[in-house]
Amino acid sequence: MDFMTSFLAAAVVAGTPLLFATLGEIITERAGNLNLGVEGMMLMGAVIGFKIGLITGNPILALLAAMFAGGMGALIFAILTISLRANQVVSGLALTIFGTGFSAFIGKDLVGQVTPNAIKLFFKPLEIPGLANIPILGKALFSQDLFIYLGYLTAIILGIYLYKTRKGLNLIAVGENPGAADAASINITLYKYAHVLLGGALCGLGGVYLSLVYVPAWQENVTAGRGWIAVALVIFAAWNPFKALIGAYLFGGMDIIGFRIQGTGFPISQYFIDMLPYLVTIMVLVVVSMRKSRKNAPPKGLGVPYFREER
Amino acid sequence: MKKALSLFFVLLLVMSIIITGCSQPAKEEPKKEEPKQEEKASEQKIKVGFVYVGPIGDGGWTYAHNEGRKYLEEKLGVETIIKESVPESQEAEKVLNDMIDQGANVIFTTSFGFMDYTEKVAKANPDVKFLHCSGYKQLDNMSNYFGRIYEARYLSGIVAGLKTQTDVLGYVAAFEIPEVVRGINAFTLGVRSVNPDAVVKVVWTHTWYDPAKEKEAAKALLDDGADVIAQHQDTPGPQQAAEEKGVWSIGYNTDMKEMAPKAYMTAPIWNWGPYYVQQVKAVMDGTWKSTSVWEGMKDGIVELAPLTDVAPAEAKKAVEKVKADIISGKEKIFVGPIKDQTGAVKVQDGVVMTDEELLSVDWFVEGVEGKIK
Repeated sequence: MDFMTSFLAAAVVAGTPLLFATLGEIITERAGNLNLGVEGMMLMGAVIGFKIGLITGNPILALLAAMFAGGMGALIFAILTISLRANQVVSGLALTIFGTGFSAFIGKDLVGQVTPNAIKLFFKPLEIPGLANIPILGKALFSQDLFIYLGYLTAIILGIYLYKTRKGLNLIAVGENPGAADAASINITLYKYAHVLLGGALCGLGGVYLSLVYVPAWQENVTAGRGWIAVALVIFAAWNPFKALIGAYLFGGMDIIGFRIQGTGFPISQYFIDMLPYLVTIMVLVVVSMRKSRKNAPPKGLGVPYFREER
Repeated sequence: MKKALSLFFVLLLVMSIIITGCSQPAKEEPKKEEPKQEEKASEQKIKVGFVYVGPIGDGGWTYAHNEGRKYLEEKLGVETIIKESVPESQEAEKVLNDMIDQGANVIFTTSFGFMDYTEKVAKANPDVKFLHCSGYKQLDNMSNYFGRIYEARYLSGIVAGLKTQTDVLGYVAAFEIPEVVRGINAFTLGVRSVNPDAVVKVVWTHTWYDPAKEKEAAKALLDDGADVIAQHQDTPGPQQAAEEKGVWSIGYNTDMKEMAPKAYMTAPIWNWGPYYVQQVKAVMDGTWKSTSVWEGMKDGIVELAPLTDVAPAEAKKAVEKVKADIISGKEKIFVGPIKDQTGAVKVQDGVVMTDEELLSVDWFVEGVEGKIK
């Protein structure tokens, strides 16, 4: 593999946990709920998924467990913000702290454990015949493990769901103007709960990819701040699952490009590369706010609790 | 009504987190030491506090310190209290005061960033003994201690140099500070003492603790032709990269055999236990004095982990021999002639680098491929 291919392949791997977390947060925010607990939900998914994977040796069960754990984290947030209408920012931050502690607690006896071979084998890179022969991109995109393909699939399905189905349209309405959506007899509470939970489950998947497949061993705080990058990525992707696909791999690439550039001796400071993802996010924010395009704006109802009585 | 209820729930959640966060019951304000205690100091029960910068679950730096703590408990039967993941900020001061409130009279602070806070609390509590790891400040009741891990790194370089087939070795390094640079230099000198053609490629990650990122950095080195990975990071991420690629690795901090059984050969490791026992024993006997300790293999603070079957057969003998020389003081490691990356002689023939020079080293020896800054 030449420099470019191996770099792109590594960028896709590095971007995958970001992709799941970003998709989860997009779906959550589309329902009008700003959940800053991404990091916490990722860690909850990472530890529970890893533990179940270690006990059962079954990759499917591990993934389901991770989704369940992420979803449970989101449920705490959902009860607080949807039913009790608590402040979303505070609840999300509390969830992050809770998730971090929870994963450290559950993971106490997992430290130093390695992913069982059965699961490692299941997530071995598989080439997709035909597609893998596309020059440069083929090897990077289509010679990966099943989890990464699941990432493509999830992003595409969510994109279609959001923009091409009636339910997706309803969801956008809930996020933009819950009052109007309510008047159109959309069940606001149900929509919010369903999508906040789905978002949490996706964050859990992002976390378990790190612990079970990427690293692949249990390390406390394995996410190391990726949940926060995902929150920034949602803005970068303008709440669009398709753009999240591009954004996640771009950020994944920026995260690791420094290591490869250092090897070539190209004169650029690693410190500069370290700040690239944040620089890009700021630039996108500036550009978006200058263009004032409705399409790239956040859902109007984002962060505002919905009171039917105050409609 | 609902608003009030929700506020209550959020508060409840936050409070429960705060309470569970402090694993030890903590009092709100540090009380002044009562003068009575001073008189009874000698009969006082010894309670040892440990302040960690990371989680014990890091399987690395903090894990090694905690192993030392467990060794101390086992040997002397003293009571110990710990606090994990303490930020290197004002928070450390609070944690220290909390520990003193709980009756700790010997406290180990195990990260460089705790130095100033340890000093401040030490000044306010002259009866409590403080031991700070990896710093340079010293008071009558505050020692500093650290180990010459570079000695073990030199030995691990010998193993790596004998193993490599491509003559390219990869080194995943955290930050451009003397401690790390010194380790890379020692490793490279070790490699080239047995394999003069080999080069050591360095990649900086700018993180101490990010398993995925550190693994990725190792992968970049492997794609660049390296077939042995060494690391100055606190997680075993790089070990996993070597394992997956089917090549070899040198760990750090603790024995990392479990993490990468097919790749791992050995590791420079910390062995704090004997030092902790020695110091606490001195406190118990009333013979404790503030010291500044920078010791190596001679005192057993640093060691080379046992070589695995993956390590080359001839390595064991070579390592044993050099290890004996290091302990006897015959092998000083940083002895001239040492050339820098440009090939210019930096240390003259026969000259030994002083501790001051070692503690502020900011250049790579010949054979390192990489830049500082």
